[in-house]
Amino acid sequence: MINVVNLEKHFGGENVLNGINTEINKGDVVCVIGPSGSGKSTFLRCLNMLEKPTGGKIIFEGDDLTDKHIDLNAHRQKMGMVFQQFNLFPHMTILDNLTTAPVMLKKRTKQQAQEKALELLARVGLADRAKDYPSQLSGGQQQRVAIVRALCMEPDVMLFDEPTSALDPEMVGEVLDVMKELANEGMTMVVVTHEMGFAREVANRILFLADGVIAEEGTPDAIFNHPQSERLQSFLAKVL
Amino acid sequence: MQAIIDFFQKFVDIFITRGMYQMVLDGLKNTAIITLGALAIGVVIGTLIAVIKYFAEDSKALRPLALLCDIYTTVVRGIPMVVLLMIFYFIILVHAEGIVVGIVAFGINSGAYMAELIRSGINAVNVGQMEAGRSLGLSKMQTMRKIILPQAVRYILPAIGNELIALVKETSVAGYVAVVDVTRALFLIRNNTFQSVVTLTLLAAIYLVIVIILTRLLKLLERRLSTNDKRRKS
Ligand SMILES: Nc1ncnc2c1ncn2[C@@H]1O[C@H](COP(=O)(O)OP(=O)(O)OP(=O)(O)O)[C@@H](O)[C@H]1O
Ligand SMILES: [Mg+2]
Repeated sequence: MINVVNLEKHFGGENVLNGINTEINKGDVVCVIGPSGSGKSTFLRCLNMLEKPTGGKIIFEGDDLTDKHIDLNAHRQKMGMVFQQFNLFPHMTILDNLTTAPVMLKKRTKQQAQEKALELLARVGLADRAKDYPSQLSGGQQQRVAIVRALCMEPDVMLFDEPTSALDPEMVGEVLDVMKELANEGMTMVVVTHEMGFAREVANRILFLADGVIAEEGTPDAIFNHPQSERLQSFLAKVL
Repeated sequence: MQAIIDFFQKFVDIFITRGMYQMVLDGLKNTAIITLGALAIGVVIGTLIAVIKYFAEDSKALRPLALLCDIYTTVVRGIPMVVLLMIFYFIILVHAEGIVVGIVAFGINSGAYMAELIRSGINAVNVGQMEAGRSLGLSKMQTMRKIILPQAVRYILPAIGNELIALVKETSVAGYVAVVDVTRALFLIRNNTFQSVVTLTLLAAIYLVIVIILTRLLKLLERRLSTNDKRRKS
């Protein structure tokens, strides 16, 4: 589904990503772990071109997103993204947050979009909050809405950038539960996370990023129980 | 005491008995037309410039246009309003009526200030908002319209209010281009009656009342938006 070929990203003189090669297949749940500043967010944001790669290719469903002539907006509709800071639209009700993009992009009529939104809201247990504004919700609730907002576009893949890092500890679980459910339904997911328990339980593949490259990758069992490189071993020693 | 009675007698005589209140009302109407017309033009120009400059940040093709916008704001802000007004009346819009010249000239002047204001509003909106919009597949323009600008306006509403208040008072120079605004009207009445105290006092009071009313209205509007926010934050 997504093919990452020799991905490079430099900020000024700083080389953040130094040639990343990997493939995300349909149904994959790939967790990206690594020390702070290793380029996890940058990698994820390159996948939907929120960051423009300085080298390499991102092939999504057969199309190279780094091609200047590609219709990025059309491709982004199929790549949902969930941010650490939720980034809900504060001036809109929850329902408008969920329906604005599908309606503007003519994916659905207003009526259809609202039905879909309410159905998905109900599934994350927030059906009664449709008329509220984001700031009336707790962080965990806001993040669940943010997930639903992405799902309303019926994406083929969902990108998560530390979706629980900004949450109070007691709210982490409710968001991870929604993500687990999504994974169980077969959604293709790329998740940057510090939640090692989640990665171990839900991922089918784990990428360990260090110094702008994939320093090690493998199944959760291989990564957590049989780490090969010293970098990964010392990283795990710190976070586990 | 006698002075006060005198004042009111003259006041009644000039404005009611001799019917000159009509001139004042007509003048007020022109002041309102110029102010509101200029505000509308100012908001449109200001938004246009702010958006062009925002887009030009990462589009080489828009750089020349952005440069043009910079020149416009620099030039307009560097010229006194009266001079700008005369230039439009005698050089640029030679065949237009004074009131049209007034609306255009004040609008163009106000646009230059509005541009900076709206730009600061756009910059005050969290960058995550643009990213969230783009990640859903909305174009930059769609995100700007639906997500960024509505939030930017909330941030700068008080400043736009101040701009409006400044604008009302600024239009008092419209008389230079043969528009009978409220200032011009009372100047004319003064010339007719030689009653400086009565006419100028009334003129000052009229502006004062307009400004007080506008200030109140803006406070009300702000409060309504902020109760919205409070409802949202509770
Ligand atoms: N827009 C930017 N301009 C300049 N440097 C940047 C920019 N974004 C990221 N960087 C740099 O790139 C490096 C990697 O950042 P990134 O956010 O991808 O790391 P991360 O692995 O997500 O870290 P964390 O776990 O703290 O979120 C950092 O050194 C950061 O300073
Ligand atoms: Mg990060």
